[in-house]
Amino acid sequence: MWEQILVNGLISGGKYALLAMGFALIYGVARIMNLSHTAYYMLAAYLIYYLNQSLAVPLPLAYLLAILVVLVIGVTTYHYLVAPVREQFTAVLIVTLVMAIVVQEIIFIFFGGHFRSLPPLIPGTTTLAGIKITYQHLLTLATVLVTLTGIWLLLFKTRLGIAIRAMAMDREVANLMGMPESRIALVTVAISVGLAAISGAMVAPLLILDPLMWMHPLVVVMAAVILGGLGSIKGSILGAFILAFAEIMLVFTLPKLAYLRGSVSMAVMLAVLLIRPEGLFGIFMEGER
Amino acid sequence: MKMFRRYKTLAVITILVLMVSLGLAGCGGKQEAQAPKEQAPLKGDPIKVAIIGPMTFIHGEHMWKSATMAMEEINAAGGVKVGNQSRPVEIVKVDTNEMTNIPDAATAVERVANSVDFFLGGFRTEAVLGMQDVIMDYKKVFISTGVGHPNLTKKVKDNYDRYKYYFRTNPMNSNDMARASFLILAEVASVVKTDLGIEKPKVAIMAESAVWTDPIVAASQQQIPAMGMEVAGVWRPSAVATDVTAELSAIRASGAHIILTFMSGPVGGVFARQYEELKIPAAATGINVDAQGGKFWQVTGGKGNYVSTLNLLGRAALSPKAIPFYDKFVARYGEIPVYTAATYDALYMLVEAIERAGSIDADAVVKELEKTDYAAIGGRLVFTENHDVTWGPKHVTGLGTQWSEGKLNVFWPNGWEGIKHEGTARFVLPPWMIEHWKK
Repeated sequence: MWEQILVNGLISGGKYALLAMGFALIYGVARIMNLSHTAYYMLAAYLIYYLNQSLAVPLPLAYLLAILVVLVIGVTTYHYLVAPVREQFTAVLIVTLVMAIVVQEIIFIFFGGHFRSLPPLIPGTTTLAGIKITYQHLLTLATVLVTLTGIWLLLFKTRLGIAIRAMAMDREVANLMGMPESRIALVTVAISVGLAAISGAMVAPLLILDPLMWMHPLVVVMAAVILGGLGSIKGSILGAFILAFAEIMLVFTLPKLAYLRGSVSMAVMLAVLLIRPEGLFGIFMEGER
Repeated sequence: MKMFRRYKTLAVITILVLMVSLGLAGCGGKQEAQAPKEQAPLKGDPIKVAIIGPMTFIHGEHMWKSATMAMEEINAAGGVKVGNQSRPVEIVKVDTNEMTNIPDAATAVERVANSVDFFLGGFRTEAVLGMQDVIMDYKKVFISTGVGHPNLTKKVKDNYDRYKYYFRTNPMNSNDMARASFLILAEVASVVKTDLGIEKPKVAIMAESAVWTDPIVAASQQQIPAMGMEVAGVWRPSAVATDVTAELSAIRASGAHIILTFMSGPVGGVFARQYEELKIPAAATGINVDAQGGKFWQVTGGKGNYVSTLNLLGRAALSPKAIPFYDKFVARYGEIPVYTAATYDALYMLVEAIERAGSIDADAVVKELEKTDYAAIGGRLVFTENHDVTWGPKHVTGLGTQWSEGKLNVFWPNGWEGIKHEGTARFVLPPWMIEHWKK
């Protein structure tokens, strides 16, 4: 059983980590609690579906186009809707939540509540530690690893990365040192939205698409980020894996309560806020300074 | 000042967007009336029948599509004879939004209660429980065509005066669904025993977390050992889970030979797809509403092979109307009807009762509905004293259907009580299951 938990936990954790990383990045740098983050993930999945199934665009090209379109939408909406209220934490929450609901309703209008599915990029299965696993799951895991490495290289080996980290550490001081704060925030938003879109593209063939598919991941991602420490990228990744393993353990050890897997994240989020509000690596509500 | 204007503009945009999204979110009761097209002129006011269901989902969609077919046929045949008038039927679409927000359903029916004469539809038990009480407050006839919980009809027995306006034509209640599911399970188990030489198959119960499945799961845990099998475990994913790989991996690890499913939500499609993708070495049967037809094959991307389910409609001669309806529905909409398409029957039964009563008065119609003995597309329909569906031989029995390369084959009844419909095929085990257990 433990090997099953390990493999399933790694795959599920990878999926959450990809989303949590983007969510943490934008919070760390721009103090934006972006509740529309997983709506971009859903949008990317539906765009791929539309391009491939309705317009017969080849799957790899559909992936690329969908990620680009979501990136443009994400940056544009940030510029016109979020940036003007960026300094108002509550306003950001409201605006980003509304954006997510609008995306959901647009999808309801165009696609209805019907469930859809995408073909995998690589069909077929293999056996790992005696466990049958699809190539698409392995591809998702590989994508997570590549993306994590890419983000690490960006943050630690480039001038842009230094600026992003400086901004995440202390926005005011970085600004006083002459760093273009709003431009760095915009670039970070682009990276964050891009990560959500990549996540949606990778995960979509594993799941059934439905217009409410953004909700559960949002709760998990928020919980992962709070568990890891608000704004901490490594904390959010670790938090994502911890939550994924907690969910998988619940399914394996208490199968009759499998439907509560969504509540695991909520419970962890509440517990962390009560016991250790700063999370594993964060500074308590640094953004409120 | 400039800053103030900017915030004012943003506030206006935000409020507008909120209003639009709330409106779109279906805070209850998106309505649309469909009057008959190209029909002979009929006299009298139309009889308005609300079709209530989750209209952006397949279950509500098939209620509406089948009711449209029935309405067109009834009006083309001269409408409804009420006294000396022939009145047309007009169906009114009411989106209850019950799949995404259950409380919206009661609000949706409340909003139309004064403007319609009858109600047909309802899908999720949790939503229908609320709608039932609202409609009973208005003393209007409500025929439910998508919900199976026994408590809905038990209320008729417990408090006849208040709940006599409620009837269920489809599906049979969940106790009878459980009975039919066990008969189907027995059929599948016999194939497992014969083909794989397994004397005591292990059965994993996988039931979505919902009110209607609770009594079935409890009954299954008692019944399976009594049938000479072993319960390998019970898994209860959310009805809207989008990933059940962990559950399926756990079921594989449990050594189950059969997965007995009870699912009506989107998890059914997820299950079917991941079941084939992961090549789970167990036969899948039970109830999987997603697998009953509709867009199942597209939803799973053609990955739903060998999944089977109790069905209430199928291309089988359950009554003289069954196959013509099935073929007409498929030809018109390009989809296999799911069980809520039996709203078609409900409208016909209602019309017959109105004609017998010679009135649309609810009490008079109730008396006539109670006398119903109708050859429905799912079989002969007679109401019990609780206004429920009579289940059993010579009445509605249900069907066992299994997917095979985009086709839905009937495999049960296969001689049960002497019943075997033309074209019934033997249940087929997935090849990967045979390979796994014959090693």
